[in-house]
Amino acid sequence: MTPEPEGRGADWTEERRRSDEGRRRHKGGPAARGRRAELMVPDVEFTSYYGRPVIKEPAWGVPDIAGYLFLGGLAGVSSVLAAGAQVSGYGELARVSKVAALGAISLSAVALVHDLGRPERFANMLRVFKPSSPMSVGSWLLSAYGPLAGAAAVCDLTGILPAAGTAATVGAGLLGPGIATYTAALLCDTAVPGWHEGHREMPYLFAGSASCAAAGLGLLTLPPEAARPARTLATLGAPAELAAKRLLLRRLGDIAEPYETGRPGRLLRAAELLTVGGLAGAVLGRRNRAVSALAGASLLAASALTRFGVFEAGMVTARDPKYTIVPQRRRRDLRGIN
Amino acid sequence: MSIDPASRAGYLEHPPRMGFFTDTSICIGCKACEVACKEWNAVPEDGIELTGMSYDNTVGLGASTWRHVAFIEQPVTGVADAAEGFRWLMASDVCKHCTESACLDVCPTGALFRTEFGTVVVQDDVCNGCGYCVGACPFGVIARREDDGGAHKCTLCYDRLGAGMEPACAKACPTESIQFGPLDELRERAALRVQDLRAAGQDHAQLYLDDPDDGIGGGGAFFLLLDEPEVYGLPPDPVVTTRDLPSIWKHVGLAAAGLVATGIALGLGRRPR
Repeated sequence: MTPEPEGRGADWTEERRRSDEGRRRHKGGPAARGRRAELMVPDVEFTSYYGRPVIKEPAWGVPDIAGYLFLGGLAGVSSVLAAGAQVSGYGELARVSKVAALGAISLSAVALVHDLGRPERFANMLRVFKPSSPMSVGSWLLSAYGPLAGAAAVCDLTGILPAAGTAATVGAGLLGPGIATYTAALLCDTAVPGWHEGHREMPYLFAGSASCAAAGLGLLTLPPEAARPARTLATLGAPAELAAKRLLLRRLGDIAEPYETGRPGRLLRAAELLTVGGLAGAVLGRRNRAVSALAGASLLAASALTRFGVFEAGMVTARDPKYTIVPQRRRRDLRGIN
Repeated sequence: MSIDPASRAGYLEHPPRMGFFTDTSICIGCKACEVACKEWNAVPEDGIELTGMSYDNTVGLGASTWRHVAFIEQPVTGVADAAEGFRWLMASDVCKHCTESACLDVCPTGALFRTEFGTVVVQDDVCNGCGYCVGACPFGVIARREDDGGAHKCTLCYDRLGAGMEPACAKACPTESIQFGPLDELRERAALRVQDLRAAGQDHAQLYLDDPDDGIGGGGAFFLLLDEPEVYGLPPDPVVTTRDLPSIWKHVGLAAAGLVATGIALGLGRRPR
């Protein structure tokens, strides 16, 4: 029962941890040892039960639910963009965005049902309405939003029932923001420290990321002069996302570690580079189709990487007991219990 | 302030809130509770392997483990029951049947419900295996079973309680480490017991989840521990995640409002001719 050396140095040392050491020892890279270490409380010692996790890792799959975070965001804000573009006279952008919204929300539905342990019972989601369950709220939102997004796209493509199409476009544009942001509540309303403790920032991060995705799709598919609202959306969404991410990491403190190291850290760093590059390309390439399209692709990819990064970072904080125990121990000690 | 969860759930008349008091100081690690639980509830086998974690080859609570006995071989000095600088800690863990229950709050189908005894139970015929309860539980109790895809956990033997019997684990416990009864009585008994232990020199003896003012409103199952909770794999200061839900929804609402405003702003532009 010797204290085990940790790859990250003295900041998260632990006594009595015996299992699993090979797997976790290499996790802290140079970045973790250097910059992060200064932010952490030095010499935090904590005890766990054989290094076992305290909480269970959420039963959600990476391609399904992480992908849904991206697709739901893309769909929701595409509907916002479609409504704005239609009103301001950008018909092509409106059409592209409506089709994107329908495609993304359809794939979302497939991913969500596929992730269930008992997919054949997906309809039980609408058995009750519970505001205390973001998944219940989301299910009802989706069941209202999906048909509206579908009607908006079908009416636009076929030209039938234009008045109904406009109503559906506006309706989807009003519900889309809910679709794009409720997923933050879905993640944060768990015991997963890396998500829950960031609940004040996550919705803005998701709104910004979803804006980048929807803007990116418009920029990717249309010439720059036809995609001006998408460019505007990118200039609003990308800075919002970057700022929200900064605030999120500051709020998380020690728990931010997985957001900056390992695989989720790499995903999020790549996402940040692509977001900045995409924003710059969208603004600077406003007269160049190729640059504008490349910027759009960057923003789309950035949004996907951000969601996968956030998802996986949270999973790391569920898996490693230190992220659960150390903050709770500190809280308990501050209150003076035992 | 003590909340009565069954009344809050809408039961007009109901029996007293029933629960477990697990006094780990007299647990001998026999695992009769684990066996009795599996037998009574027909919980399937979920892995037979040697872990190297002392005598604990059960590892932790899960979809098919509703009682779990933890074994800690602890080097100590100056503790009353220490022999040769070493002591055993053994503790039978179980679902806490929280007063403020995260799994119940987040369940989107209503499969999880509050019983008239104040306990929390999954209706297997309603659960669609969404897995939300799994990540919401601050104790890592509930989990999804691989083969049937549904979420499972301790029912506090809802069927036995309905027939006026005590849960299988408490019935099987040979030392009365697991005590079952009306929660109020258990709390009184536990308060006396921890006083005795402290007087006998067990300085770290403490009650865990007995306080109705803690982060989960107190457990329907609570524990007497001889060391800090994390030593046993329990979170030191659990808080039900839905306590922050008003704040979560507020920020989601503000972010969504920002997107609506963005859409309106985009609509105000005019395409240059």
